Amino acid sequence: MHEPQPAMQFVDLRQQNDVAQLGMWVFLATEVLFFGGLILAYSAYRIGYSSGFAQAAARTEIAIGTANTAVLLTSSFLVAWAVLIARQREGRIAGLLLWGAALLGLVFLALKGIEYSIEYRAHLLPGLSFAASGPQAQATHLFFAFYFIATGLHAVHVAVGIVVLVVIGIRARQGAYSERYHAPITVAGLYWHFVDVVWIFLFALIYLPGRSS
Amino acid sequence: MSSDRNYLTADNSLRSWLFTTDHKRVAILYFIGITLFFFIGGAAATMIRLELVSPQGHFFTSDVYNRLFTMHGVIMVWFFLIPSIPATLGNFVVPLMIGARDLAFPRLNLTSWYLFMIGGLITLYAIFAGGLDTGWTFYTPFSTMYSNSHVVLAVTGIFIAGFSSILTGLNFIVTIHRLRAPGLTWYRLPLFLWSLYATAAILVLATPVLAMTLLLVALDRFAGIGIFDPARGGDPLLFQHLFWFYSHPAVYIMILPGMGVVSELVSCFSRKAVFGYKFVAWSAIAIAVVGFFVWGHHMFVSGQSAYAGLTFSFMSFVVAVPSAIKVFNWTATMHKGWVTFDAPMLYALGFIGLFTIGGLTGLFLACLAFDVYATDTYFVVAHFHYIMVGGMVTAYFGGLHYWWPKITGRMYPEYWARAAAIVIFFGFNMTFFPQFILGILGMPRRYHVYPPEFQIWHVMSSTGASILAVGYLLPLLYLGWSLFFGRRAPANPWHATGLEWQTPSPPPEYNFETMPVVKRAPYQYTLKGRERAQNA
Repeated sequence: MHEPQPAMQFVDLRQQNDVAQLGMWVFLATEVLFFGGLILAYSAYRIGYSSGFAQAAARTEIAIGTANTAVLLTSSFLVAWAVLIARQREGRIAGLLLWGAALLGLVFLALKGIEYSIEYRAHLLPGLSFAASGPQAQATHLFFAFYFIATGLHAVHVAVGIVVLVVIGIRARQGAYSERYHAPITVAGLYWHFVDVVWIFLFALIYLPGRSS
Repeated sequence: MSSDRNYLTADNSLRSWLFTTDHKRVAILYFIGITLFFFIGGAAATMIRLELVSPQGHFFTSDVYNRLFTMHGVIMVWFFLIPSIPATLGNFVVPLMIGARDLAFPRLNLTSWYLFMIGGLITLYAIFAGGLDTGWTFYTPFSTMYSNSHVVLAVTGIFIAGFSSILTGLNFIVTIHRLRAPGLTWYRLPLFLWSLYATAAILVLATPVLAMTLLLVALDRFAGIGIFDPARGGDPLLFQHLFWFYSHPAVYIMILPGMGVVSELVSCFSRKAVFGYKFVAWSAIAIAVVGFFVWGHHMFVSGQSAYAGLTFSFMSFVVAVPSAIKVFNWTATMHKGWVTFDAPMLYALGFIGLFTIGGLTGLFLACLAFDVYATDTYFVVAHFHYIMVGGMVTAYFGGLHYWWPKITGRMYPEYWARAAAIVIFFGFNMTFFPQFILGILGMPRRYHVYPPEFQIWHVMSSTGASILAVGYLLPLLYLGWSLFFGRRAPANPWHATGLEWQTPSPPPEYNFETMPVVKRAPYQYTLKGRERAQNA
């Protein structure tokens, strides 16, 4: 295997590694503000309709949500392991770990799909199939609107992440990365961890209100 | 200059242009795009001014008039002003100024142009297929429930174009951090780069909030999720908060790059280092940071709490301080300098005067009581046009003339360029100064039928607009002419400092034959340089 050459705008591979990582951090800053806008809107209504949101949140599928949290955290662990191994040895084993993480990502999406279908049948999908009555009907409608937008956007991010992990996994299996050049693995890892962190916030905001009493 | 091969002549096929990753060529692609949008937005402005000549509104119905000012606002804000200086001049000179071969992510740079054009064309389609009547601000619940126009389509276009902004910002931040030539420390950076860095930070941090807001508007309209609909428990005020959280910082996206250009021009054409370099540099950062905490001054009459109003009013005064520092420092730079009045400098001087008027009237509007009086009047319209047109567009033309020899390898005709700068200055003032008076007299914005006593001011304004239109068409003609018949430009026609002038005009494909090493602070203009400039 020959040593990869830096792209023409870089002096050496070290600079290229560095640039890739900083680029991803800046991109994640954008993502934070993207989800931040949504979470701000959610929080405004959560305060405005505190009991309504608590009652609506109690109707979410906490078992599936919790299982999914475990699935995603485990996948993040595999990615962190892959980055560590890529730094120490060559990237072939890292490729397997990335595939493992991608597989868990698929499990996450499958569970999410089951959850959505349960909610659809319970007429909790605003805009398509929604039925609620009583004094908290409006709050329930708003809550599930946020629920579907937030988890839907998150699921899109998971799907993108799966594709990225699979592709980089393939390249790693082909021996494209070495201890000197493994920026794509690190960068994909950063992204995957971010997706994980967003989920942790969403889990707390969406599934946990109204459970304690 | 050893050979004729440069970035323009390297490969002439259309394919080589559409798939280029050379930052200089992407800049040219952006020039073409934003010039197109500038004249479309300008056509809408022309029709608006034509309609306003008569108090009864002879030419258009109210519905059409609503679509005209919306089209003008949407196109000028998102498809001209936001990308104007960063995506064209910035794209071209950032790698040259820092001594790099390209931006950090050349392919991303090309992607951002495609996103920009796709977003622009979708929005244009929405506008021509029936129009948009919400104003550029998309206020809910009008935009989500009542408007009978192409809201979702237009919002989609702006959403996509937003990602081009984000990618440009990301590219600039990483490039300025990581690709500087050896010896080029932060305090040796030209001030244009400090401005673009501050701009890029806003692009990256504010634009995603707009994206989310527009997504919610589209979903609200499309699927009736009711997030901004009071009848379903939603809150229209929340939309305004989210919208202005982006759109006020966006005002700084539309002025900071202009400030950066003016710093370069004033220093070069006064043959003197910028006075108080560090203050000017950090004031750009200060504007970007404080600019995130003033959005509520767009909502003084919206019913937000009085304490919020008070805080936003105070913060709006605070953000004026770094802007004022810049104006004072440019003035001090000229003091005892060796000022020449080449066309770029005329634009820079125009910028300083017009921006000062725009900025000071902004302070009027930051006062709670005065703002209640002036809200939604022509005073506001005049104020932000002084900033955006008098400021940013003037700086854009100044920068365009300054770097034109570098970009095209040709000199523009100096006489015509000075004439255009003067015509633009007079045309601009004649268009917009009467609008301050109209606003004080009580003329509301976005109406095309008005009481006859306002007519004299509207006629003055429209007359000025026709002069301004001539001023904007002139550069199109003589700059176009210079592409073919202009004098060949030397590497450094202005005897300016700055790395971009140390490579041939136009630059070779990868910018520099050898990697430059920087040993000095910027703007080291010397007496010898003055003499050389005088003899040139």
